[in-house]
This record gives sequence, C-alpha cells and structure tokens, in this order.
Amino acid sequence: MEENEIIKSENLVYTKPRLMNDNPMHYCPGCSHGVIHKLIAEVVEELGLEEKTIGISPVGCAVFAYNYIDIDWIEAAHGRAPAIATAVKRLNPSKMVFTYQGDGDLAAIGTAETIHAANRGENIVIIFVNNAIYGMTGGQMAPTTLEGMPTSTCPYGRNIALNGYPLKISNLLAQLDGTCLVTRQSVQNAAAVKKAKKALKKAFENAMNGKGTSVVEFVSTCSSGWKMTPEKANKWMEENMFPFYPLGDLKNID
Amino acid sequence: MAKFKGSVVVDTERCKGCNLCVVACPSDVLELHPREVNNKGYHYVYMKNPDSCIGCASCGYVCPDGCLSIYKIKKD
Repeated sequence: MEENEIIKSENLVYTKPRLMNDNPMHYCPGCSHGVIHKLIAEVVEELGLEEKTIGISPVGCAVFAYNYIDIDWIEAAHGRAPAIATAVKRLNPSKMVFTYQGDGDLAAIGTAETIHAANRGENIVIIFVNNAIYGMTGGQMAPTTLEGMPTSTCPYGRNIALNGYPLKISNLLAQLDGTCLVTRQSVQNAAAVKKAKKALKKAFENAMNGKGTSVVEFVSTCSSGWKMTPEKANKWMEENMFPFYPLGDLKNID
Repeated sequence: MAKFKGSVVVDTERCKGCNLCVVACPSDVLELHPREVNNKGYHYVYMKNPDSCIGCASCGYVCPDGCLSIYKIKKD
C-alpha cells in the first residue's frame, strides 16, 4: 500500500496536541517534561478549558513552560507557585488553576507553601515532577535524591548520615485533610502515559468541582543530570526510583 | 498478518534524536538516521521498516517533543 494513501487527515490517530505551539522546546533530548507538557495540553483541550486555565510555572527546568502551551501563565518566584495559585484561584474561582513544579521547587524551597496550600484545601492542581535532582543548575542533590545516588554535590552518592533521608512529599501531602487526590505516575512508556493522563484529567475535574487540592506526582528522568542516555535513564528509573517511589494513588476521595 | 497498516510522519526539525520512540516501537519500525542530521545537528528518526508499522502510536505517546504524527488504516 502506498504511504500517501495512509497519510490523510481522516486516518490521523496521534499528533502533537493543538494547544502546544511550534516553539522548539529547550529541554534536553528525552526529557520527561515534554511528555508531561503534552499531557497537560491534551487534558485542557479535552475538558474544553482553553480559555479558563491559568498555569503557574516554577523556577527550574520548566521555567519556560509558558512558551510551549497556549494558555495563560504566571511565572512565580522560586517555590512560591502554590501561594500564587491560591491568590489566582480565590480571585477567579471560575478559572482552572494549576502549578507545575519540580522537586527542587516544590520539595525544597517551596515546602511551606506546598504544605499549607494543600492543608487549606485550595481548589488547585499541583503537578509535581520528581526527577530526584536539580536539573537546571547542573545536577545537584535535591531533597528527593535517593540514598547512594551520585549527583554533582554528592559524587560518591547520597550519604544518609550526612544528608538525611530522601523526602516522600506526596506521602506527606496525602496525610492532610485538604487534599482529595494524591497520585504518583510516570511517563516512561505508552501504557504509563495513558494512565498518567487519566489521573491528570481526574485532578483537573476535582479542581473545577471544588473538591480540594489535587497533587499529581510524576516520577521522571533527568538524563543529562543523571549522565545517562534517555533510554538508560528510563531503565534506571524503573529499577531504582519505583521501589522507593511506588506508583499509584496514595489518596483518592470520590 | 497485522490487520492495520500505519505510517509515521516525523517533524525532522523538532526531533532531538533521543531514541525513546525507537525503543517504544513494538514492531521495530523506527531508527535514528545513521548519517543525516537536522539543522540543530541531531540524528532525527525515520521509518526504517515502513511496512511493519501497525499504527499503534506508542512512539507518539512517548515522544517528549511531539514531533511524530501517526496515521492508521484498516487493511482489507
């Protein structure tokens, strides 16, 4: 069969989401951020919230998220995205407000903002991308870095006696009464991507229905920071990150 | 014999040659181009075995840069 017989718009099964624009992404090849951006664009489009969604972008690799998805964005100071999201949601209760944060932003400098926003039960979605490293600044140790995992500031691996234990912030947030959905997902293969999309959709619906704070954690890779190929980084994540950060719903109140 | 026939269109300028789609493909259709590069200098992906493509879109789901469009038809 001829290729040009297949390549017709009626046969299209998958393409770049409409809300993602043509700006080339600054992320490293194979970065999980790209897939998560695509999921956000798809979910916003499917729920018909293009005109209503306001994203809060963090400091970190995703600082330029506003360049890639065609919705309204606000750029927050380091770690302060949940505080800004609180203000935006309270002033515009009809809008869909989400934050997009990395582990350095959410689990280190922004721990207070995150915990208190979740404890107040603000009707926002917190998207948490956990790659266990400070990717943008050169791969330093983050609070979520695994025990024994080498980074540029702990080249011999994280030492518990010196650096303390890795922080499971999603488990912490699941204890709070303000959260209605706390789930941990990943995007390393097609099945995981589909599952993650479902979780993200549920989170967005919760926020619109005023059920409380939804937290969607994505266990993801940082191939540049981990000094691996994207393929090997996915494998490393499955072998090392998943036992410590098991996937699935930590809390899901219907 | 597969019931579906698919085809992948690559936005070669957007592709960063991360190889994730090549790994995700269940029927070994894709490959990074061994010689050609795009304007950024990345070896972009292309269809090595276009006949084996079943249009499952696994490559599209895992592509971080959204450079793959997948088309599928039912064979008769």
